[in-house]
Parts: sequence; C-alpha cells; structure tokens
Amino acid sequence: MSSIDYQLSQLDLLEAESIHIMREVAAEFERPGLLFSGGKDSIVMLRLAEKAFWPAKIPFPLMHVDTGHNFDEVIDFRDRRVNELGARLIVASVEDAIAEGLVVDPTGPRASRNSIQTVPLLKGIIDNKFDAVFGGARRDEEKARAKERVFSFRDEFGQWDPKAQRPELWSLYNGRHRQGEHIRIFPLSNWTELDIWQYIQREELELPSIYYAHRRPVFWRDNMLMAVTDVTPADEGAEVFETEVRYRTVGDMTCTAAVESDADTLDKIIEDVAASRITERGATRADDRASEAAMEDRKREGYF
Amino acid sequence: MELLRLATAGSVDDGKSTLIGRLLYDSKSIFEDQLEAVERTSRDQGAEYTNLALLTDGLRAEREQGITIDVAYRYFATPKRKFIIADTPGHIQYTRNMVTGASTANLTMILVDARNGVIEQSRRHAFLSSLLRVPHVVMLVNKMDLVDYDEAAYQKVADDFRAFAAKLDIPDLTIIPISALQGDNVVHRSENMPWYEGSSLLHHLENIHIGSDQNLIDVRFPVQYVIRPQSDAFHDYRGYAGTVSGGTIKVGDEVMVQPSGLTSRVVGIDLFGEELQEAHPPMSVSVRLADDLDISRGDMLCRPHNHPHATQDLDAMVVWMQQGTRIQEGNRYIIKHTTRTAKTIVKDLQYRLDINDLHRDEKTTSLGLNEIGRLTLRITQPLFVDEYRRNRQTGSFILIDEASGATVAAGMVVDTDV
Ligand SMILES: Nc1nc2c(ncn2[C@@H]2O[C@H](COP(=O)(O)OP(=O)(O)O)[C@@H](O)[C@H]2O)c(=O)[nH]1
Repeated sequence: MSSIDYQLSQLDLLEAESIHIMREVAAEFERPGLLFSGGKDSIVMLRLAEKAFWPAKIPFPLMHVDTGHNFDEVIDFRDRRVNELGARLIVASVEDAIAEGLVVDPTGPRASRNSIQTVPLLKGIIDNKFDAVFGGARRDEEKARAKERVFSFRDEFGQWDPKAQRPELWSLYNGRHRQGEHIRIFPLSNWTELDIWQYIQREELELPSIYYAHRRPVFWRDNMLMAVTDVTPADEGAEVFETEVRYRTVGDMTCTAAVESDADTLDKIIEDVAASRITERGATRADDRASEAAMEDRKREGYF
Repeated sequence: MELLRLATAGSVDDGKSTLIGRLLYDSKSIFEDQLEAVERTSRDQGAEYTNLALLTDGLRAEREQGITIDVAYRYFATPKRKFIIADTPGHIQYTRNMVTGASTANLTMILVDARNGVIEQSRRHAFLSSLLRVPHVVMLVNKMDLVDYDEAAYQKVADDFRAFAAKLDIPDLTIIPISALQGDNVVHRSENMPWYEGSSLLHHLENIHIGSDQNLIDVRFPVQYVIRPQSDAFHDYRGYAGTVSGGTIKVGDEVMVQPSGLTSRVVGIDLFGEELQEAHPPMSVSVRLADDLDISRGDMLCRPHNHPHATQDLDAMVVWMQQGTRIQEGNRYIIKHTTRTAKTIVKDLQYRLDINDLHRDEKTTSLGLNEIGRLTLRITQPLFVDEYRRNRQTGSFILIDEASGATVAAGMVVDTDV
C-alpha cells in the first residue's frame, strides 16, 4: 500500500465495513450463527469472517437451510469448504420439518419448497438459541431489501417489521434484544452483484461449478431456463434441449433458473454481469415473480 | 475504483426521485426487469409517462400511500466511481431519516424547485448537512426548464442559498442548475444554459476530492475485539482488532492505551496473514503490541501526546428520533459510543435549536421527534471522545431506550471540556 494515497478502493472499503460488522457481532452477542448455502454471497461472507478473526478460527457455527432440492455440486462444495475451515455446520432440514409435520410438502407440477424454508430456518434459530444470524443478502438485490438495516431486528416469531426499524447511524449498530428475539445481520448490505464477482476474483475464491458455463438439458418455463432434474421434470409440452448455461444464484432447484451463457471463466462472468440488463433475481428467481411485493411479504414472515 | 457515499434531500415534488431515476438510468444501473415493473405499475396507476420515481419507492406501504417513508439505499457505478445513495425523504417529519443518511455521507445533494426558490425545508436540509458535518454539499436548482433556463432566476436562488449557507459550517459548497426531467446538466453539460460554466452533476460527483474527508492526523483506534487463537501455530498471538477511526498507525509507533494510560509500541498490523506497514481510516485490522497489557473491548489506542478526552460528562447536540416519547432532564438511557456502551442520565437541556431560523429556545424542557437540542449528559464510566467537528467517529454516539431496545437519539459531541 502506498503511503501517499489514503483512499481505499471500493472493494477494500466494503471489506473493511463487513469485517467491522462481523467483529461487532462476535463481541456483543452470545450465540451468533452464519447462514451458509454454498452460494456466491455466502462464500464471500465466509471469507470475510475468516479475515475478521484470523489467525483464530471463525468463532461461530455455520447453518444451512437445506430444502433437499439443492444442486449436488453445491452440497459437495459446501461440505468440502466446511471441512477445510474446520468449522461446525448445522443443517436445518426442510425434509425433517416435513417428516415432523411442521410443514406440508407442496405438491403439483410446479411445487417449490422455497416458501416453506422459513419454518426450518426459524426452528434452527430457536433450537440453536442463536441471538444473531448472519445472512448474505444485499440491498441491490431487491427493493424491500434496499430499506433493511444491517442489524435487522426480529421479534420472537422471527418477523420483520419494516415500519419499526431502528435508525442506523455512523458505524454504531444497535443489537439490543430480549430473550427469544434475534437480530439478522447483513454484512454484505452495501455490496452489489458486480462487487461480489470482483471480490471473488481478487480473493481467488473457489465456487461451485454450476456458476460457470456448462452444458445441460433444459426447458423454457415462463421465459426462464429450467434445468431438467428429478424435482423439476420438463413441463408437459415443453421442448427439452441441451445448451450452454450458468447460474447467477444457486437457490432451491425448483425455483432457480439458469441463464444462457458461455462464460466459463471469472473474467467472462464479470464481463457478463457488467453488461447484464436484468437483475439476478429478476432473471432467475421464480419466487420473486409472484408479485411486486413477493419478497417483502416473505421477509415479514421471517424469510432470509 | 473509489466509493462515494451520497445522501439526498429535497421537499416533496422537488424532483428527487426523478433525479435519482435519471442518474441510475443514464449510468445504465437500471435493469430491464426493474424498468418493466415500473412501467407496469405506472400504467396500472393511470400515469401517462413512466414514473421513474417508482424505482426508488421500495415498500408496499409506501407504494400504497404514494410516499417514501424511510431511508433506502441505491447503488450505481460509472467507470470512475462507485456510488451509494442514501435516499432520504424530505418531509418535515423525517429529519430523522436525513440525519441517518447524512451520518455516513461524503456528500449531500439538496434539491430545490427553481420556481419556489429556497424554502424553509431547503434551509433545514442545509442545516442538517452541516450539523452532521457532511464534507461536501451540492445544491441543485432543479426544474430549470420551467423557468426558461433563465440565468437571473438561477442567480436569485443561488444567492439566497449562499447567504444562508454562510451562517453554517459547510466546508465545500457547489451549486448547479439542472433539469432532472430533461437531463440538463445531470450527466452532460446543458446546451440550454450556456451561461453556466461549471461541470455537470455527474462529472462533479466523479471528480470531487474525497481523500481528505477522513481525519488522518489524530490516531484513534477503538478496540473492538481481542483475537487470541489459542492454537499451536499461534500460541502467543494476541491481536487487538478494530477499525482505524483516525490518523495513521504505523509499525514502530508508540501508542497509549486508554483508560489505563499505559504505553507500548506497535510491532505488527495484520490483515488475514498480510503484515501491513501502516493502517488508516477506515481500515479494519488487528494490531499487535510489544508489551502484554491488559486491553479489552472499549479501550482506545491513541498517541501519548494526542489522545481523546476521557470524560464522564458530555456536551452534545442531540436529535430525538422516536415518535411518541420525549427526552428531558433526569431521563436515563444506554449510550453507545465507538466500542463502548454505558449508561447515561440527562443533566441539563440547555436549549432547543429551531432548525428553520437557528433560534435557540432556552425555555424548552423537553425534545420530541425530529427536534434538536443541546444537552449535558453524565455517564457511568469515562468515554474517550473528540469533538464531532474533528472526528465523526469518536465524536458521535447513539442513545438507546433500555426497556424497548430502540435507538432513540443521535448525538454529536460539541465540547469536550465540560
Ligand atoms: N418540468 C420538470 N418537472 C420535473 C423536473 N424534475 C421533476 N419534475 C416533476 O416533478 C414532479 C415530482 O417529481 P418527483 O421526482 O416525484 O419528486 P420527489 O417528491 O422529490 O421525489 C414529477 O411530476 C416530475 O415529473 C424537472 O427538472 N422539470
């Protein structure tokens, strides 16, 4: 670092802010947990946590809400990464919640377990007595998120009340809560999709292979490219074809679509993202298409 | 690439949403699906044109009521800089939101309607910006198309504003005539106003010097967290983790620790295995010292002859932020300042400041939502503070209501010798 220029680059600034947030949480909460899905945002979050506490280990466990409908490549990656770090992984399983009768497995041709994830998520938080839960959401993703605080209060039902949010000033974060309540922590609030990709490149972070262009059988559904899998068989009458695709987000298979792309390196992906004219959620998330306020409604109930 | 944080202010209908929509649109930061959603909603609402303002109205409640109720953050980038906009609504009752947005901003953009000139709310926005010590202010005289791009109309508004701003503490003020709707002077210099010789708004935002917005003189390092790995490889490692809040810390520097007053020497500055030679604001690092001192969260590393005031009494400007309650003498709160949390009691409410005419009302006995006053606070333990005008990090605090946990006030230290 040169000694004349005291201006940090945008990635260094974002990194410093996120590390500051993570250390605040480690210092002020008794039982934090970090939501790790194996997706690009949580991969970045994990690297930031490594940096925040180096050379010590990350001082909290990771939790994954597993719908049972995840891409194999992502689950393999998740387990490998957790092993490397010597971290503890808690899996909050949607299948278990279904087996226990807490939620009903949606059925029908376009059934998705996405919306019922909130139940095992909140159960995982209660069972592990988490008082702070790190999430990888970004404000540029969606307009309800654009208004959410970095420290976002949740009542004992896990609910978010957008009208009763605490003002958040300077870098002073208020984590006060009573027993049973918790705070969702969003250290990536100010990152954009492009920042995430540039950081992945700078830090040389490994990603699940499905983020890179690969060939697979797909079909069109509502203008989105869905992979043909056990849980998403092709719709009746839909033409199945093989083409080169990659994923911009890696959520549950039933509601995550691919984009046509030949970007098989980080450089090409960054070029793609910079030129993209569609938001990542708009392009690939069936869950957000339900209505203008789909995300806001889910968030109120306790969703990520 | 550098990052610039902006806050916006303007009364309802001055064109704030249109301006932000245009900045996002012209910098290609609006995506097709967002635009489609906005076009659809505009049509549903019976509007004749696409209402770019809808891009920035986030929540259902706001859409239903047609008003913006809270701070929303927007992001856009040009090849030169990345920008974060804290979009804060300009209604009278929302001082709270503007204060929140301005607290982290390098720059505020204040809009006025060229036809109305400087009104009470413009003065209020300018005052809040100076209270929060936002280093740069850009005043935008909007809707120039509606006054025929007339230089005299612009001059009158600009002169009025400068006259008021002179009474405030605004280090850097720029005034630009624009039309957010037509795009004049937003991204490109306008051909409709050849008499204007300054740069376009975007050009200004891209080039303004922000390198000296931070205090690089007084070393301030509030200890956030102590890193002790207790592993074989790092058996004796002890690092004081924190964010540099002032000055530059170098390896070899002598440092003093508050509150103990003990001194030691910096032997290492770490960031994830990388050994840095120096660190400056706002880097998050971990500092190692030559001596084994008893240091914990809430302590402050500084220089032996340049340290913050250790004090249990604060003289501060406070903005009350909670609806339905008031702050008055004798009230008790939790105070959060840097990495320290303590309890405090209001000793004296000196005056309420009328933010329209800067009049000091000394008869006030309490402050309600969005009111600003000067208070004396007594704290249960010493805080290590600087005047807010010298350092926005070590000079600021929040008050928290103990029962509800709500953040009820924002405070800025005025005087450290109480
Ligand atoms: N003629 C003209 N109209 C404008 C300009 N900027 C905004 N408007 C209009 O003023 C109205 C209020 O603008 P809006 O952006 O919603 O204001 P906000 O309440 O400050 O966000 C809308 O009808 C805009 O089209 C401008 O530069 N010229």
